[in-house]
Amino acid sequence: MRPQTLADKRPARPGPRRARTAPEREATRRGGRLRGLITVGLFLLPALVLFVLLVLAPIMLAGYSSFFKWNGFGFLPTNFIGLDNFTRMFADPIFLGDLQRGLLLIVLSLVVQLPLALGLALLLNQPLRGRAFYRLLFFAPYVLSEVITGVLFSMFLSPERGMANHLLGLVGLESLASTWLSDPSTVMYSLFLVMTWKYFGLHMILYLAGRQGIPKELIEAAQLDGASGWKVFRHVTLPLLGPTIRISVFLSVIGAIQLFDLVWVLTEGGPIHSSETMAVTMFDYGFRRYQVGYASAISVVMFLISLVFALGYQRFVMRRDTEGAITGMRDLR
Amino acid sequence: MRSFSRRSVVTIATAALLLAGCGGGQEGDGGQADGNASANGKVTIEWWHIHNIEPMLPVWDSLVKEYQAQHPNVTIKVTPLQVENFKSKLTTVTQSGDAPDIFHTWGGGVLAQQVEASLVKDLTADISSWSDTLSPVALQSYQVDGKTYGVPHDIGMVGFWYNKKLFAQAGIDAPPTTWSEFLEDVKKLKAAGITPIALAGKAKWPGHYYWAYLAMRVAGLDALKKAAETKSFDNPDFVTAGQKLKELVDLKPFQEGFLGADYDKPDGQAATMGNGKAAMELMGQWAPSVQRDTAKDLGDDLGFFPFPAVEGGKGAATDSFGGGGGNAVAADAPPEAVDFLKFISQPENHRKGVETGAIFPAVKGTEDAVKDKHAKLVTEVLGKSTGFQLYLDQAYPPSVGQQVNDSVAELIAGSKTPEQVVADITAAAQSE
Repeated sequence: MRPQTLADKRPARPGPRRARTAPEREATRRGGRLRGLITVGLFLLPALVLFVLLVLAPIMLAGYSSFFKWNGFGFLPTNFIGLDNFTRMFADPIFLGDLQRGLLLIVLSLVVQLPLALGLALLLNQPLRGRAFYRLLFFAPYVLSEVITGVLFSMFLSPERGMANHLLGLVGLESLASTWLSDPSTVMYSLFLVMTWKYFGLHMILYLAGRQGIPKELIEAAQLDGASGWKVFRHVTLPLLGPTIRISVFLSVIGAIQLFDLVWVLTEGGPIHSSETMAVTMFDYGFRRYQVGYASAISVVMFLISLVFALGYQRFVMRRDTEGAITGMRDLR
Repeated sequence: MRSFSRRSVVTIATAALLLAGCGGGQEGDGGQADGNASANGKVTIEWWHIHNIEPMLPVWDSLVKEYQAQHPNVTIKVTPLQVENFKSKLTTVTQSGDAPDIFHTWGGGVLAQQVEASLVKDLTADISSWSDTLSPVALQSYQVDGKTYGVPHDIGMVGFWYNKKLFAQAGIDAPPTTWSEFLEDVKKLKAAGITPIALAGKAKWPGHYYWAYLAMRVAGLDALKKAAETKSFDNPDFVTAGQKLKELVDLKPFQEGFLGADYDKPDGQAATMGNGKAAMELMGQWAPSVQRDTAKDLGDDLGFFPFPAVEGGKGAATDSFGGGGGNAVAADAPPEAVDFLKFISQPENHRKGVETGAIFPAVKGTEDAVKDKHAKLVTEVLGKSTGFQLYLDQAYPPSVGQQVNDSVAELIAGSKTPEQVVADITAAAQSE
């Protein structure tokens, strides 16, 4: 095949062409559709193979191993113990604690982190000197890797040499100085502080984009009708931000369920399990205690929780948001 | 029409390439495994070790080069890995039943699990002609049911590293030899406004040293061995060990925020010690080098004393606790792998490593190669040991070992009683 040049292309351009008969057109169309399907299939195949190998197979394998007592050595588990791993899990105070702590993080995220992000987004939507700079500044933590964030904050919150206590001392708030991550009673809040710092930027950008998608006319119309700032927010901005907020809540909850790296670097789940999440417990059993069967059972429960939440949320909360997309696809067919 | 067919050719070609790419990778792996001992006498040995930094990395590299020069048919493919990476990577490959020909091991419970999964070779017969040149204390950790599955190249012990200057400030003139003297000294240090002990509560393993040593002193080595065999730690002596530790914890001897402190981070246990912010730490032979790396070298101010005796205990005050490192050989490795281990265990080759100070003598007659003054302190105490116990989180199966670490951490944090610690460890041992 020689390389295609301009000269090759020229004759293919619209020009005098022999008119085709109707059946001929029909045949070409049908053939085209078949060829189209083959093309789609071929393009999908590599991705599909990878998806099966890297996503479906591990899920199945984890599901399978969760019914076995297995230390991870040898090719496949052999010691079948039925649902023992699951009954053990739901009697394990550490795992039950994981669920509680997960819930706490979700509640805190929804009540503190998202409103904060929304407030900042609306603020940064106002005409403001250096607006772009602030947007960048608030979004920057999200770009940082979790591990770097973890290391940074473990230094920042260090009780002896950390900057946090030092800064508090400078402004005369020594009484607020704390051992942050070293105290079982404060560790979850310190962790949440880091999480908020890390992720609010993402939600802020989402809200900002959502806010900019609201036509100015609507707000102007409301103002002409005499709506105050709060009323405009409550009855125009907030409802129209609905889809964005629903997506942001979804991301926030799923993120909290699967939280691992930040906790691992900051506390490894300690002190005495007081900041452990499901993923940390799973890692501990899988890679430190070599109880791969039990760890798989934890991963299965995590997967199911995420799945049920994701499906339920999309079915009941995001139905209106996704409906457009689905009907859109139906039209294409 | 023409342009369409051209497009479909490209499509098919792309798909084929991608598929070939996937398949090719798998074939490559298989080929490597088969390539171990091929017919033309060429042998490739894969070696995973954990000395990924200086000063040990160049020593191993030069020994590999030397061995390859002497045996032109052997190629040794070395993969140096950081410890945590090594552990997770080895777990992954062993799950598919395919271990590297030679790989690092700490012996104990993990090695026993690998033996059970028939991943490692029984070296007893292969090394019988030269195994008596190895230090018996070092070798012991790699023996399972009387058979040897690893060759040690490092052995050390845990003891108290203390800051002589701070001890003098508190009016202590000699290191304590009994537990009650030790507690008295802790009180004196506290009274003098000095943090007595640096501890990494986040890392958990440094805390388990205290319980392990107390269990050794109170219950004795045999009790620890028997507990592992019978899967029951239900022995009043272990509860006593926990109570002794609680006596120490109740004095609040650790630095502020120790529960969140790591071992080798800038504000961790080693740095607290190295900066002179605490008077002692219970740590292995590597302690001075980590202090140097994270803070500063205490030099002659840094002393070492063995873990004190417990009055009325069944264990000897000369029993030591610690561990080292060795190499295990995969079940299907070529004989050259064992020959290479013999080569690096020659006294003159082992000395090269010992001289760097990164590893400690595991081969008889190399003790004089220890140059560092701190290392000499350890070697001296270790040489007089009457018994040896491997780190509990290595000696026991991983789930039991981690439970020891966890439970002792809970005891130190004050959320578990000595009785609960024993009950939890027993429960973990029985679910094993």
